[in-house]
Amino acid sequence: MLWEGLLELADDHLVLGHRLSEWCGHAPMLEEDLALPNLALDLIGTARTLFDHAGKLEGAGRTEDDLAYLRDARVYRNCLLVERPNGDFAHTMLRQLYFAAFMELYWQQALDHTDDIVRGVAGKAVKEMGYHIRHSAEWVIRLGDGTEESARRMRAAVNALHRYTGEMFEPSYSELPNRVALQGAWEARLKPVFTEAMLDWPNDVFMQTGGRQGIHGEGLGHMLATMQILHRAHPGATW
Amino acid sequence: MVEVLDLDQARAWAAAAAVPDPEVPCVTVADLGILRWVRVEDGVATAGVAPTYSGCPAVLAIELAVETALRDAGFDARTERILTPAWTTDWITDAGREKLRAYGIAPPASGGKGSLFDSPVVACPQCGSDDTAKISEFGSTACKAQYQCRSCAEPFDYFKCI
Ligand SMILES: [Zn+2]
Repeated sequence: MLWEGLLELADDHLVLGHRLSEWCGHAPMLEEDLALPNLALDLIGTARTLFDHAGKLEGAGRTEDDLAYLRDARVYRNCLLVERPNGDFAHTMLRQLYFAAFMELYWQQALDHTDDIVRGVAGKAVKEMGYHIRHSAEWVIRLGDGTEESARRMRAAVNALHRYTGEMFEPSYSELPNRVALQGAWEARLKPVFTEAMLDWPNDVFMQTGGRQGIHGEGLGHMLATMQILHRAHPGATW
Repeated sequence: MVEVLDLDQARAWAAAAAVPDPEVPCVTVADLGILRWVRVEDGVATAGVAPTYSGCPAVLAIELAVETALRDAGFDARTERILTPAWTTDWITDAGREKLRAYGIAPPASGGKGSLFDSPVVACPQCGSDDTAKISEFGSTACKAQYQCRSCAEPFDYFKCI
Protein backbone atom coordinates (compact mmCIF):
# COMPACT_ATOMS: atom_id res chain seq x y z
CA MET A 1 0.00 0.00 0.00
CA LEU A 2 1.19 3.52 -0.77
CA TRP A 3 0.70 4.73 2.81
CA GLU A 4 2.98 2.00 4.17
CA GLY A 5 5.69 2.94 1.72
CA LEU A 6 5.33 6.59 2.69
CA LEU A 7 5.57 5.66 6.35
CA GLU A 8 8.92 3.93 5.70
CA LEU A 9 10.16 7.03 3.96
CA ALA A 10 8.87 9.29 6.72
CA ASP A 11 10.63 7.15 9.32
CA ASP A 12 13.94 7.40 7.42
CA HIS A 13 13.64 11.17 7.29
CA LEU A 14 12.53 11.73 10.87
CA VAL A 15 15.18 9.46 12.36
CA LEU A 16 18.03 10.97 10.37
CA GLY A 17 16.66 14.46 10.98
CA HIS A 18 16.61 13.83 14.71
CA ARG A 19 20.12 12.39 14.65
CA LEU A 20 21.40 15.51 12.89
CA SER A 21 19.60 17.76 15.36
CA GLU A 22 21.62 16.09 18.13
CA TRP A 23 24.63 18.02 16.80
CA CYS A 24 22.98 21.36 17.55
CA GLY A 25 25.26 23.14 20.01
CA HIS A 26 27.97 20.45 19.68
CA ALA A 27 29.27 20.86 16.14
CA PRO A 28 33.01 21.43 15.70
CA MET A 29 32.55 24.97 14.39
CA LEU A 30 29.86 27.62 14.17
CA GLU A 31 29.19 27.12 10.46
CA GLU A 32 28.48 23.44 11.04
CA ASP A 33 26.38 24.25 14.06
CA LEU A 34 24.17 26.19 11.63
CA ALA A 35 24.47 23.71 8.79
CA LEU A 36 23.52 20.51 10.58
CA PRO A 37 20.24 21.78 12.07
CA ASN A 38 19.42 23.21 8.63
CA LEU A 39 19.91 19.77 7.09
CA ALA A 40 17.82 18.35 9.93
CA LEU A 41 15.03 20.85 9.18
CA ASP A 42 14.87 19.75 5.55
CA LEU A 43 14.52 16.12 6.59
CA ILE A 44 12.02 16.75 9.38
CA GLY A 45 9.94 18.99 7.12
CA THR A 46 9.80 16.22 4.53
CA ALA A 47 8.96 13.70 7.25
CA ARG A 48 6.06 15.82 8.48
CA THR A 49 4.41 15.99 5.06
CA LEU A 50 4.93 12.26 4.54
CA PHE A 51 3.55 11.31 7.97
CA ASP A 52 0.55 13.54 7.48
CA HIS A 53 -0.18 12.09 4.06
CA ALA A 54 0.44 8.48 5.14
CA GLY A 55 -1.97 8.95 8.04
CA LYS A 56 -4.67 10.36 5.76
CA LEU A 57 -4.25 7.59 3.18
CA GLU A 58 -4.35 4.94 5.89
CA GLY A 59 -7.68 6.36 6.96
CA ALA A 60 -7.47 5.27 10.59
CA GLY A 61 -7.33 8.81 11.93
CA ARG A 62 -3.63 8.83 12.87
CA THR A 63 -2.02 12.27 12.71
CA GLU A 64 1.62 13.13 12.01
CA ASP A 65 2.18 13.45 15.77
CA ASP A 66 0.61 10.05 16.46
CA LEU A 67 2.87 8.45 13.89
CA ALA A 68 6.04 10.20 15.02
CA TYR A 69 5.57 10.16 18.78
CA LEU A 70 3.38 7.21 19.65
CA ARG A 71 5.06 4.32 17.84
CA ASP A 72 7.76 2.18 19.46
CA ALA A 73 11.05 1.24 17.86
CA ARG A 74 9.67 -2.19 16.94
CA VAL A 75 7.19 -0.61 14.51
CA TYR A 76 9.53 2.00 13.08
CA ARG A 77 10.45 1.00 9.53
CA ASN A 78 13.52 3.17 8.90
CA CYS A 79 16.62 1.63 7.41
CA LEU A 80 19.48 0.96 9.83
CA LEU A 81 21.84 3.49 8.25
CA VAL A 82 19.86 6.54 9.39
CA GLU A 83 19.64 5.44 13.02
CA ARG A 84 23.38 4.83 13.40
CA PRO A 85 24.69 7.05 16.20
CA ASN A 86 26.38 10.25 15.09
CA GLY A 87 29.84 9.06 16.09
CA ASP A 88 32.45 11.61 15.08
CA PHE A 89 32.05 14.20 12.36
CA ALA A 90 33.42 11.79 9.74
CA HIS A 91 30.69 9.26 10.57
CA THR A 92 27.96 11.90 10.39
CA MET A 93 29.14 13.29 7.06
CA LEU A 94 29.53 9.88 5.44
CA ARG A 95 26.10 8.75 6.65
CA GLN A 96 24.65 11.95 5.18
CA LEU A 97 26.41 11.43 1.86
CA TYR A 98 25.23 7.82 1.57
CA PHE A 99 21.64 8.73 2.33
CA ALA A 100 21.38 11.98 0.37
CA ALA A 101 22.90 10.42 -2.76
CA PHE A 102 20.32 7.66 -2.50
CA MET A 103 17.38 9.97 -1.88
CA GLU A 104 18.28 12.31 -4.73
CA LEU A 105 18.05 9.40 -7.15
CA TYR A 106 14.89 8.17 -5.47
CA TRP A 107 13.08 11.51 -5.64
CA GLN A 108 14.07 11.93 -9.28
CA GLN A 109 12.04 8.79 -9.96
CA ALA A 110 9.09 10.22 -8.01
CA LEU A 111 8.90 13.58 -9.82
CA ASP A 112 6.11 12.30 -12.09
CA HIS A 113 4.35 10.17 -9.49
CA THR A 114 0.57 9.99 -9.80
CA ASP A 115 0.06 11.19 -6.23
CA ASP A 116 0.10 15.01 -5.96
CA ILE A 117 1.70 15.10 -2.51
CA VAL A 118 4.41 12.60 -3.42
CA ARG A 119 5.18 14.65 -6.52
CA GLY A 120 5.28 17.84 -4.46
CA VAL A 121 7.58 16.39 -1.83
CA ALA A 122 9.85 14.96 -4.52
CA GLY A 123 10.10 18.30 -6.33
CA LYS A 124 11.32 20.04 -3.19
CA ALA A 125 13.41 17.27 -1.71
CA VAL A 126 15.33 16.46 -4.88
CA LYS A 127 16.83 19.96 -4.82
CA GLU A 128 17.52 19.84 -1.11
CA MET A 129 19.31 16.52 -1.44
CA GLY A 130 21.60 18.17 -3.97
CA TYR A 131 22.74 20.56 -1.23
CA HIS A 132 23.10 17.75 1.28
CA ILE A 133 25.27 15.80 -1.15
CA ARG A 134 27.43 18.78 -1.96
CA HIS A 135 27.94 19.65 1.70
CA SER A 136 28.72 16.14 2.89
CA ALA A 137 30.84 15.22 -0.13
CA GLU A 138 33.02 18.27 0.42
CA TRP A 139 33.61 17.14 3.99
CA VAL A 140 34.27 13.52 3.08
CA ILE A 141 36.90 14.70 0.61
CA ARG A 142 38.40 17.23 3.00
CA LEU A 143 38.70 14.69 5.79
CA GLY A 144 39.67 11.70 3.65
CA ASP A 145 42.36 13.66 1.85
CA GLY A 146 43.30 15.67 4.94
CA THR A 147 45.60 14.91 7.83
CA GLU A 148 46.68 11.44 8.90
CA GLU A 149 44.19 11.61 11.76
CA SER A 150 41.25 12.83 9.67
CA ALA A 151 41.98 10.20 7.00
CA ARG A 152 42.12 7.48 9.65
CA ARG A 153 38.74 8.58 10.99
CA MET A 154 37.21 8.74 7.52
CA ARG A 155 38.36 5.19 6.79
CA ALA A 156 36.95 4.08 10.14
CA ALA A 157 33.61 5.63 9.19
CA VAL A 158 33.57 3.74 5.89
CA ASN A 159 34.35 0.50 7.74
CA ALA A 160 31.59 1.14 10.23
CA LEU A 161 28.84 2.40 7.93
CA HIS A 162 29.19 0.82 4.50
CA ARG A 163 27.55 -2.39 5.73
CA TYR A 164 24.32 -0.45 6.31
CA THR A 165 23.99 0.82 2.74
CA GLY A 166 22.72 -2.39 1.12
CA GLU A 167 19.40 -2.14 2.92
CA MET A 168 18.53 1.08 1.09
CA PHE A 169 18.28 -0.89 -2.15
CA GLU A 170 15.98 -3.65 -0.93
CA PRO A 171 12.67 -4.03 -2.80
CA SER A 172 9.80 -1.98 -1.44
CA TYR A 173 6.20 -1.15 -2.17
CA SER A 174 5.25 -1.24 -5.83
CA GLU A 175 3.40 2.08 -5.58
CA LEU A 176 6.74 3.86 -5.13
CA PRO A 177 10.01 4.02 -7.12
CA ASN A 178 11.96 0.80 -7.47
CA ARG A 179 14.86 1.12 -5.05
CA VAL A 180 16.70 -1.92 -6.39
CA ALA A 181 17.28 -0.19 -9.70
CA LEU A 182 19.03 2.77 -8.08
CA GLN A 183 22.11 0.98 -6.77
CA GLY A 184 24.21 1.27 -9.92
CA ALA A 185 23.64 4.99 -10.27
CA TRP A 186 24.29 5.49 -6.55
CA GLU A 187 27.66 3.76 -6.76
CA ALA A 188 28.55 5.67 -9.91
CA ARG A 189 27.76 8.92 -8.10
CA LEU A 190 29.82 8.13 -5.01
CA LYS A 191 32.86 6.31 -6.35
CA PRO A 192 34.46 9.46 -7.82
CA VAL A 193 33.97 11.15 -4.42
CA PHE A 194 35.74 8.24 -2.74
CA THR A 195 38.56 8.43 -5.25
CA GLU A 196 39.00 12.13 -4.62
CA ALA A 197 38.86 11.47 -0.88
CA MET A 198 41.63 8.85 -1.19
CA LEU A 199 39.22 6.20 0.13
CA ASP A 200 38.88 2.65 -1.16
CA TRP A 201 35.37 1.67 -2.19
CA PRO A 202 34.56 -1.41 -0.09
CA ASN A 203 33.73 -4.56 -2.01
CA ASP A 204 32.13 -7.80 -0.83
CA VAL A 205 30.77 -6.24 2.34
CA PHE A 206 28.24 -8.32 4.23
CA MET A 207 25.18 -6.06 4.34
CA GLN A 208 23.16 -5.66 7.52
CA THR A 209 19.40 -5.68 7.26
CA GLY A 210 16.29 -5.68 9.43
CA GLY A 211 15.19 -2.08 9.79
CA ARG A 212 12.32 -2.41 7.33
CA GLN A 213 11.01 -5.30 9.46
CA GLY A 214 11.36 -3.32 12.67
CA ILE A 215 14.55 -5.07 13.83
CA HIS A 216 16.66 -2.13 14.93
CA GLY A 217 19.86 -1.42 16.81
CA GLU A 218 19.72 -0.56 20.46
CA GLY A 219 20.37 3.10 19.69
CA LEU A 220 17.00 3.72 18.05
CA GLY A 221 15.11 2.96 21.26
CA HIS A 222 17.22 5.46 23.16
CA MET A 223 16.77 8.04 20.45
CA LEU A 224 13.01 7.62 20.36
CA ALA A 225 12.81 7.78 24.15
CA THR A 226 14.42 11.21 24.05
CA MET A 227 12.37 12.33 21.08
CA GLN A 228 9.02 11.06 22.33
CA ILE A 229 9.09 11.63 26.07
CA LEU A 230 7.58 15.09 26.06
CA HIS A 231 4.64 14.13 23.89
CA ARG A 232 4.05 10.91 25.82
CA ALA A 233 4.29 12.58 29.23
CA HIS A 234 2.11 15.52 28.20
CA PRO A 235 -0.08 14.35 25.31
CA GLY A 236 -0.87 17.15 22.89
CA ALA A 237 1.43 19.60 24.66
CA THR A 238 2.03 22.84 22.75
CA TRP A 239 4.16 25.86 23.49
CA MET B 1 -0.90 32.64 -11.70
CA VAL B 2 -2.40 35.81 -10.30
CA GLU B 3 -6.15 35.68 -10.73
CA VAL B 4 -7.91 39.00 -10.44
CA LEU B 5 -11.57 38.64 -11.25
CA ASP B 6 -13.20 41.54 -9.48
CA LEU B 7 -12.64 44.28 -6.97
CA ASP B 8 -12.89 42.04 -3.91
CA GLN B 9 -10.36 39.72 -5.39
CA ALA B 10 -8.01 42.60 -6.15
CA ARG B 11 -8.41 43.96 -2.63
CA ALA B 12 -7.77 40.54 -1.08
CA TRP B 13 -4.70 40.04 -3.23
CA ALA B 14 -3.34 43.47 -2.30
CA ALA B 15 -3.82 42.75 1.41
CA ALA B 16 -2.13 39.35 1.29
CA ALA B 17 0.60 40.45 -1.09
CA ALA B 18 1.75 43.20 1.26
CA VAL B 19 2.66 40.74 4.03
CA PRO B 20 6.42 40.85 4.66
CA ASP B 21 8.41 37.62 4.87
CA PRO B 22 9.08 37.00 8.59
CA GLU B 23 12.71 36.03 8.06
CA VAL B 24 13.57 38.46 5.27
CA PRO B 25 11.26 41.39 6.03
CA CYS B 26 12.58 43.58 3.22
CA VAL B 27 10.52 41.54 0.74
CA THR B 28 6.87 40.58 0.70
CA VAL B 29 5.41 37.13 0.22
CA ALA B 30 4.40 38.27 -3.27
CA ASP B 31 7.95 39.45 -4.09
CA LEU B 32 9.24 36.00 -3.13
CA GLY B 33 6.59 34.21 -5.16
CA ILE B 34 5.44 32.37 -2.04
CA LEU B 35 1.92 33.79 -2.40
CA ARG B 36 0.61 31.99 -5.48
CA TRP B 37 -2.98 33.21 -5.70
CA VAL B 38 -5.89 34.56 -3.70
CA ARG B 39 -9.47 33.53 -4.44
CA VAL B 40 -12.58 35.11 -2.97
CA GLU B 41 -15.81 33.15 -2.79
CA ASP B 42 -18.82 34.11 -0.66
CA GLY B 43 -16.72 36.48 1.44
CA VAL B 44 -14.09 33.83 2.15
CA ALA B 45 -10.63 34.65 0.87
CA THR B 46 -8.34 31.66 0.31
CA ALA B 47 -4.64 32.23 -0.28
CA GLY B 48 -2.37 29.65 -1.87
CA VAL B 49 1.00 29.64 -0.12
CA ALA B 50 4.02 27.69 -1.38
CA PRO B 51 6.67 26.83 1.23
CA THR B 52 10.25 27.64 0.27
CA TYR B 53 12.05 24.73 1.94
CA SER B 54 10.57 21.46 3.24
CA GLY B 55 11.48 22.32 6.78
CA CYS B 56 11.03 26.08 6.59
CA PRO B 57 10.01 27.05 10.13
CA ALA B 58 8.51 30.26 8.78
CA VAL B 59 5.71 28.51 6.87
CA LEU B 60 3.27 28.60 9.78
CA ALA B 61 4.15 32.20 10.58
CA ILE B 62 3.60 33.17 6.95
CA GLU B 63 0.25 31.41 6.74
CA LEU B 64 -0.88 33.07 9.96
CA ALA B 65 0.28 36.51 8.79
CA VAL B 66 -1.52 36.13 5.46
CA GLU B 67 -4.73 35.05 7.18
CA THR B 68 -4.49 37.98 9.59
CA ALA B 69 -3.96 40.43 6.73
CA LEU B 70 -6.98 39.05 4.87
CA ARG B 71 -9.09 39.23 8.03
CA ASP B 72 -8.01 42.82 8.62
CA ALA B 73 -9.20 43.56 5.09
CA GLY B 74 -12.64 42.27 6.05
CA PHE B 75 -12.60 38.71 4.72
CA ASP B 76 -13.01 35.35 6.34
CA ALA B 77 -9.60 33.91 5.64
CA ARG B 78 -8.05 30.54 4.84
CA THR B 79 -4.73 29.43 3.44
CA GLU B 80 -3.93 26.44 1.30
CA ARG B 81 -0.41 24.99 1.26
CA ILE B 82 0.78 24.45 -2.31
CA LEU B 83 3.34 21.67 -2.75
CA THR B 84 3.13 21.17 -6.51
CA PRO B 85 4.74 22.62 -8.44
CA ALA B 86 7.51 23.10 -5.91
CA TRP B 87 8.53 26.68 -5.14
CA THR B 88 11.68 27.77 -6.90
CA THR B 89 13.82 30.86 -6.52
CA ASP B 90 12.93 31.58 -10.16
CA TRP B 91 9.58 32.79 -8.81
CA ILE B 92 11.19 35.69 -6.98
CA THR B 93 10.13 38.77 -8.92
CA ASP B 94 12.58 41.27 -10.40
CA ALA B 95 11.39 43.81 -7.85
CA GLY B 96 12.00 41.23 -5.12
CA ARG B 97 15.54 40.63 -6.36
CA GLU B 98 16.24 44.35 -6.35
CA LYS B 99 14.90 44.70 -2.79
CA LEU B 100 17.07 41.81 -1.61
CA ARG B 101 20.16 43.38 -3.14
CA ALA B 102 19.38 46.76 -1.60
CA TYR B 103 18.94 45.03 1.77
CA GLY B 104 22.41 43.45 1.50
CA ILE B 105 21.38 39.94 0.47
CA ALA B 106 22.69 38.68 -2.86
CA PRO B 107 19.67 37.43 -4.85
CA PRO B 108 19.74 33.89 -6.26
CA ALA B 109 21.12 33.23 -9.72
CA SER B 110 18.12 32.59 -12.00
CA GLY B 111 17.42 29.39 -13.86
CA GLY B 112 20.31 27.58 -12.23
CA LYS B 113 20.29 24.11 -10.79
CA GLY B 114 23.08 23.38 -8.36
CA SER B 115 25.12 20.29 -9.12
CA LEU B 116 28.03 18.80 -7.26
CA PHE B 117 30.80 21.37 -6.82
CA ASP B 118 29.62 23.89 -9.39
CA SER B 119 29.40 27.28 -7.78
CA PRO B 120 27.35 30.16 -9.15
CA VAL B 121 28.89 33.57 -9.62
CA VAL B 122 27.61 35.61 -6.68
CA ALA B 123 28.03 39.36 -6.87
CA CYS B 124 28.67 41.31 -3.68
CA PRO B 125 25.50 43.26 -2.80
CA GLN B 126 27.65 46.06 -1.33
CA CYS B 127 30.17 46.82 -4.07
CA GLY B 128 29.04 44.64 -6.97
CA SER B 129 32.30 42.73 -7.24
CA ASP B 130 32.16 39.16 -8.58
CA ASP B 131 35.24 38.26 -6.57
CA THR B 132 33.44 36.56 -3.68
CA ALA B 133 33.95 33.33 -1.77
CA LYS B 134 31.53 30.99 -0.05
CA ILE B 135 32.14 30.72 3.69
CA SER B 136 29.35 28.29 4.49
CA GLU B 137 26.66 26.53 2.47
CA PHE B 138 24.24 27.27 5.31
CA GLY B 139 23.64 30.69 6.76
CA SER B 140 21.29 32.43 9.16
CA THR B 141 18.26 30.67 7.67
CA ALA B 142 17.82 27.51 5.60
CA CYS B 143 17.42 29.52 2.41
CA LYS B 144 20.69 31.43 2.67
CA ALA B 145 24.41 30.69 2.37
CA GLN B 146 27.22 32.81 3.79
CA TYR B 147 29.63 34.56 1.44
CA GLN B 148 32.39 37.08 1.80
CA CYS B 149 33.51 39.69 -0.71
CA ARG B 150 37.22 39.63 -1.53
CA SER B 151 37.11 43.18 -2.88
CA CYS B 152 35.47 45.05 -0.01
CA ALA B 153 35.85 42.29 2.63
CA GLU B 154 32.18 42.53 3.59
CA PRO B 155 30.51 39.25 4.61
CA PHE B 156 26.96 38.80 3.27
CA ASP B 157 24.06 36.38 2.87
CA TYR B 158 23.37 34.78 -0.49
CA PHE B 159 19.81 33.63 -1.16
CA LYS B 160 20.46 30.12 -2.43
CA CYS B 161 19.14 29.04 -5.77
CA ILE B 162 16.73 26.11 -5.69
ZN1 LIG C 1 32.09 43.83 -1.98
